[in-house]
Amino acid sequence: MIITSDKDRILSNNLALRWLYNVTFIVLAFTGFGQMPIFKRYYISDIPGMGWTADFYFTHYIHYLGATILLALFAYVSADFLLLGKKKTKLTTSAHVRILILIGVVATGVLRVMKNLPDVVFSPGFTLFIDIGHLGFVMMYFLVALFCLILKSGWVERKSR
Amino acid sequence: MGKHISRRTFIKTSLAAIGTAGISGLALPSTVKGASSEELATLIDIRKCIGCEACVEACHEANESKFPEPEKPFPKMYPSRVKVSDWSEKRDVIDRLTPYNWVFIQEATVRVKGEEQTLTFPRRCMHCQNPPCADLCPWGAARKLKNGITRIDADICLGGSKCKNVCPWHIPERQTGVGLYLDILPSFAGNGVMFKCDRCYDKIEAGELPACIEVCPEDVQTIGPRKEIVKEAHAIAEEIDGYIYGEDENGGTNTIYVSPVPFEELNRAIQQGPGRPHLEQVKDSMAHADNLAKAMVIAPIAGFAAAVGKFYKSAREVTKSDV
Ligand code: SF4
Ligand code: SF4
Ligand code: SF4
Repeated sequence: MIITSDKDRILSNNLALRWLYNVTFIVLAFTGFGQMPIFKRYYISDIPGMGWTADFYFTHYIHYLGATILLALFAYVSADFLLLGKKKTKLTTSAHVRILILIGVVATGVLRVMKNLPDVVFSPGFTLFIDIGHLGFVMMYFLVALFCLILKSGWVERKSR
Repeated sequence: MGKHISRRTFIKTSLAAIGTAGISGLALPSTVKGASSEELATLIDIRKCIGCEACVEACHEANESKFPEPEKPFPKMYPSRVKVSDWSEKRDVIDRLTPYNWVFIQEATVRVKGEEQTLTFPRRCMHCQNPPCADLCPWGAARKLKNGITRIDADICLGGSKCKNVCPWHIPERQTGVGLYLDILPSFAGNGVMFKCDRCYDKIEAGELPACIEVCPEDVQTIGPRKEIVKEAHAIAEEIDGYIYGEDENGGTNTIYVSPVPFEELNRAIQQGPGRPHLEQVKDSMAHADNLAKAMVIAPIAGFAAAVGKFYKSAREVTKSDV
């Protein structure tokens, strides 16, 4: 019997996972921007079926939900890379850059969720830093992701023997 | 004279909280500061209020320096649906909340023990324990302080009014033409600054009482550590067969009202509308987020476990094929 092919083994080839990641990221970005009061001002919520975009509680909930999925995904993909992927593949330079930025996104996001828990109070400056940092990292990520798309740079490459 | 009564009540309440902690809490300033690691709450005994509006006036005087001084003409804002909120020419409006009026007196004519009576009571920000206005503010301009105050930083606020939108009582009020948005993209983002009661955070920091509490001739309000305030509210409610508002509303607030009539009745009798908050029961606005936050802790563990599962599965397959 032939063992499972590399195609299934290496996660970066897993199309379903890629889709899940991309969709989750886009939903997160959209609901994230929706945390700023702009969708109503700029008529987005007037588009039929888009009324929910002006409901801050709803977009906030979806953002949290997306973040939960993303955290699970990140843990899955990183653990899988360390256990399996590392043997045959290595991270590209752009992957290193993207991972660093994603760490920024996740870290600021986690801190923001913590801040929102009852009984957790951060200093004003720190809260502002987290908020702007979160937005900044995401914008940075999009920019880098766009470059990667243009340059067709993937996350991993096969190790040359 | 009023000063004395309220001060005494304050000290009494604070001292009761400190209990056996010793003499360090005896002086008023250290009492306030000492309590700041704990949330301070106010008790509003509706029975005592005579509707004199001295608190409203005191709030104006104490906080005048924080009031907005907008630049005019206002920058044109796009799209045209974005409305200007300008209260700068209506600073003397005191029968509702405005950027220049952070507390107002609400009136309810109700039957108390079969007798018709008009009750009055001050209304302002409730200073929620888990305030959605602060949790959902995208800039951290609205924020909660350790001593239980929720305040909006006028230097950072862009006036998007999200805090008002998500506040169960729609408390913050906007003034156009002031604040940071003027320095960014005044025509396209932001619309001024949101204002509301900051529970005289600066006075509390200095070990003083909030202006409205200090001035009240009837000693309607008391401030102290929340636990003590809640205890006192229950004691009064028990004594008068009364009702409590704010203890559980929105998951708990730092403003506890005690009334001789049910709050549903008061809610029906008060005038409501923009700048005039209701007295309805409010469930915890942030409960959904707090629950999801717990799921977020489990998510990475689940992801990790799935990867380990996949690893073992493929390892087994490899060994099988090796055989
Ligand atoms: S709370 Fe005190 S100062 Fe304010 S209206 Fe009532 S009695 Fe007057
Ligand atoms: S009452 Fe409204 S404005 Fe005041 S702390 Fe609660 S949510 Fe914020
Ligand atoms: S606590 Fe201070 S800011 Fe709030 S209503 Fe009273 S006087 Fe005004």
